[in-house]
Amino acid sequence: MYSEKVMDHFQNPRNMGEIEDAGGVGTVGNAKCGDIMRIYLDVDDNGIIREAKFKTFGCGAAVATSSMATELVKGKSIQEALQVTNKAVMEALDGLPAVKVHCSLLAEEAIHAALWDYAQKKGIVIQGLKEPKADIHEEEEAG
Amino acid sequence: MIYLDNAATTRTAPEVLEAMLPYFTEIYGNPSAIYSLGSAGKKAIGEARRTIAAALGARQEEIYFTAGGTEADNWAIKAAAESCSGKGKHIITTKIEHHAVLHTCEYLEKRGYRVTYLDVDGDGLVDPQALKASIRPDTILISVMFANNEIGTIEPIREIGAIAREHGILFHTDAVQAFGQIPIHVEELNIDMLSASAHKLNGPKGIGMLYIRSNAKIPSLIHGGAQERNKRAGTENVPGIVGFAAAVSRAQRMMEEKGRKERELRDYLIGRIEREIPYCRLNGHRDKRLPGNVNISFQFIEGESLLIMLDMRGVCASSGSACTSGSLDPSHVLLATGLRHEEAHGSLRMTLSEENTKEELDEVVGHLKEIVQRLRDMSPLYEDFVKSPKEQYNR
Repeated sequence: MYSEKVMDHFQNPRNMGEIEDAGGVGTVGNAKCGDIMRIYLDVDDNGIIREAKFKTFGCGAAVATSSMATELVKGKSIQEALQVTNKAVMEALDGLPAVKVHCSLLAEEAIHAALWDYAQKKGIVIQGLKEPKADIHEEEEAG
Repeated sequence: MIYLDNAATTRTAPEVLEAMLPYFTEIYGNPSAIYSLGSAGKKAIGEARRTIAAALGARQEEIYFTAGGTEADNWAIKAAAESCSGKGKHIITTKIEHHAVLHTCEYLEKRGYRVTYLDVDGDGLVDPQALKASIRPDTILISVMFANNEIGTIEPIREIGAIAREHGILFHTDAVQAFGQIPIHVEELNIDMLSASAHKLNGPKGIGMLYIRSNAKIPSLIHGGAQERNKRAGTENVPGIVGFAAAVSRAQRMMEEKGRKERELRDYLIGRIEREIPYCRLNGHRDKRLPGNVNISFQFIEGESLLIMLDMRGVCASSGSACTSGSLDPSHVLLATGLRHEEAHGSLRMTLSEENTKEELDEVVGHLKEIVQRLRDMSPLYEDFVKSPKEQYNR
């Protein structure tokens, strides 16, 4: 049911792990629906994403989209990273089954959440970035 | 390949296939026909019916063949609801039934019936006293599964049958997982209707049955010819019926030895996992459990990932995670036993057969240790736990 690329990124995830004292960390999703993604970013003084890592609790598609999303934002400027949409992640993976499209949305949201965290820590405003909506702890308490 | 998904379906036994084959190409006549090619088929159906009836302690005219367990469940519940609607419109079932029962009850709810879905305890057991307390003057049907398909828990069917009989309420049990695995006697257990399916006991797919006690007034399911005593019209699936009976004979003959072997393998597998993999929990009752069922939740990881990785290593199993159920919610059975969502997402069901070996299970445990660790290393939930271990898992 998964493309070869999805299987490849699931079996050999790129950038899996964490960054200690990361510039920005974003966690999205919730345990209820079974997907939680956390993305770590390090941004250099020129606003370029030097390092991206992820940790994911979820299905094969969730792991693969996290892996691909970190690949796509590495080496990009913040503004370029904001253009990495769920569609871009899906296309890079040669598509996802319809029921797994939400995984790619989570990956996009996780990038945004990590950038938001970075902006908060730096005390800066990133043009076009909205506050991320999904906070797993709130969801857990509500559930 | 190591096949550990026998609750999903089983391999058709060679002796079953052999029994079926002549009914495709040689004895292919329509059982309703007068000539001997047809009557030979009719005779085979009669023999099959007697074999299956004997296995259940029923009479042959109480066995009705269907296309499978789901059809039998649908028939039992809808037909009982229809025929008893003069008396009332209340049905009692449980939260852990198969969807064949649950969705049929939901269908009836939309048509004015009231349904009580009984809770289960942490092991998945229904409380007969709670069932008794939920009976109302307008209760017309009790439907409780014999054993659960996901967690393997065997329900207190004898107690429930006695309560149903005492109150004069029809009692249906979905025995799809239990039939052929553990002894069932419909008379002793006061069962009025029982659903079963051949492919769960090394028989073919596409054939099942509904036992209907002879004094229960149950309307016909399919109208047409006079097959199945006018209750389920349509030319009989003769090879399927013959195969079903051959599978039942085999299961009855092997039940004791097969059960003993599976229990031993089951407890060995559970024991090794519990000893060697931290933060896991057995789902379902430890003893009141189908011989071949192992269901374990691994904390901090998700089931579909686990299944794909097992598949890549040649192991077939299943999970209660949402991704494998095709919806966003994990298994309703695991949630009903009180598991949190993330625990239900991390469940793994391995259902054994007597053909599995200890060596295979050792290999599976080896794979599991590696895969679970790998997925935990990838899991933000595990990371949080390691950094601040606030919750203990074994409850």
